[in-house]
Amino acid sequence: MNVPSDRRYRDTHEWAKLEDGLVVVGITDYAQSELGDVVYVEQPELGREVEAGEAVAVIESVKTASDIYAPVSGEIVAVNDALAEHPEKVNEDPYGEGWLFKIKPKDPAELEALLDAEAYKKLLAAEG
Amino acid sequence: MDFAPHTEEEIRAMLGALGLERLEDLYAHLDHELLNPKITLPPPMHEDAVLRHVEALAKKNQPGRVFLGGGVRDHFIPAIVDELASRGEFLTAYTPYQAEASQGILQAIFEYQTMIAELTGLDVANASLYDGASALAEGVLLALRATRRMRVAVDRRVHPEYRQVLRTYLDAVGATLVETEGDEVPDGAGAVVAQYPDFLGEVRDLAPRAEAAHAKGALFVVATDPLAVALLKPPGAFGADVAVGEGQPLGNPMQLGGPHFGFIAVRGKLLRQLPGRLAGLTTDHAGRRGFVLALSAREQHIRRAKAKSNITTNSQNMALRAAIALSALGPEGLKEMALATAANARRLYQLLLEAPGVRPLTRPPFFAEFALILSKNPEEVRRKLAERGFHGAYPIPEYGEHAALFAATERLTEDEIEAFARAFWEVV
Repeated sequence: MNVPSDRRYRDTHEWAKLEDGLVVVGITDYAQSELGDVVYVEQPELGREVEAGEAVAVIESVKTASDIYAPVSGEIVAVNDALAEHPEKVNEDPYGEGWLFKIKPKDPAELEALLDAEAYKKLLAAEG
Repeated sequence: MDFAPHTEEEIRAMLGALGLERLEDLYAHLDHELLNPKITLPPPMHEDAVLRHVEALAKKNQPGRVFLGGGVRDHFIPAIVDELASRGEFLTAYTPYQAEASQGILQAIFEYQTMIAELTGLDVANASLYDGASALAEGVLLALRATRRMRVAVDRRVHPEYRQVLRTYLDAVGATLVETEGDEVPDGAGAVVAQYPDFLGEVRDLAPRAEAAHAKGALFVVATDPLAVALLKPPGAFGADVAVGEGQPLGNPMQLGGPHFGFIAVRGKLLRQLPGRLAGLTTDHAGRRGFVLALSAREQHIRRAKAKSNITTNSQNMALRAAIALSALGPEGLKEMALATAANARRLYQLLLEAPGVRPLTRPPFFAEFALILSKNPEEVRRKLAERGFHGAYPIPEYGEHAALFAATERLTEDEIEAFARAFWEVV
């Protein structure tokens, strides 16, 4: 499984990456392969204030629908509109074009509390 | 896998974990009488004697013509409805949703959904819900999910029983309900609810209400009459985001209040908030047209506690009856039925108002139902009408001590309407 070291992870299989002061959020390669073909992403509305750990989006695949949790607290300032037409981007490029939404973080230090790539790899190994 | 009941050992282990000794201890908190009610039955009877006994009971029914309102009415049902809907393939199938085995029923659901969407003027309808009241509750919960609000404004002229059921649902999720009059929309409401025609039968222009609701960020939920909207501007055309209602007037007998079915239709943007079953049109691997359950990820068997609703089924046979009735009548036939209903209701209204001391509560325009203020207790009037072979005067105490609801349908003849009016003049 691909686990890039340039970002942080939640144990619920979201990644979070700081870019230009905003936290970009997506799901991991492992998550997309477990979900199977993604058919729909229910995005949070812009401007919504979210708490770290709050369910803010839903990814629907042919098999199931899963909640996506905010890795950090803050305001939703962007959502990936391209996914409305092309939800398969979540499968094809989970760490790039398949990003979900961006949060303007209340406290960027929250990011540091998340798992780093090594810790997330260990978690995946344990989940086997 | 075989059906394997629990072994004595397993039962003991489970009781041990609960700190109980016997299975009966599980029910120790229940009233002994409730758990073991004494049932006094007569001695066994011969089959033929049972038949006679039941026939005698059936004779106690008072058939008579129905002039009662309240959302359930005696409309014509084409003979083909019973013929087709009682076929074993439809009637005895249980959760018949496997696409590979159930193309017929899935197509019937799809056609039903399409007709409800057309009637309500909205984009998509589900496979049906239990009845008008629970459909309204689901429609309101849907609007609260979509707006992420917990406040509901309900017009006082929404069916009192619908409001009661809605309250039960809202209590369970911790949402609050305020009753309103007119087009004023309270701040913070996620759903604004009105009935069209309203409970007293009146048809009002609800476009201003829709505008007021949207201006405050709320969704507009309209409980409607599926026959009335064949004639009137459909809810989708005056700004409703969600339309719900009691489907009984389409192809279903009154059958003492149920089973009936509820319908719900929404704007396309709310599609993923719809509760319950939804049939969709697709193509198979060879490109042939086929029908399947669509968007099941909203539902309980997939989403568990986070499903859009705890409904796991629909009123399929009743909804099927509606689809067959609508197909048999066609758009023109349905419109004629609605027109004849409205004309009969208007004639009945004029005749009943000729009785001294009777005043109108409902003002035209109305559709099939209207309310009057009688000069005496409506329950007494209802009883006396029943003695004369008519069912009429449904007491609605919330709208006045002497208020009663009446209804007419296209099935009534001119003679029957006049005979009812004469009986009414005698008893009021």
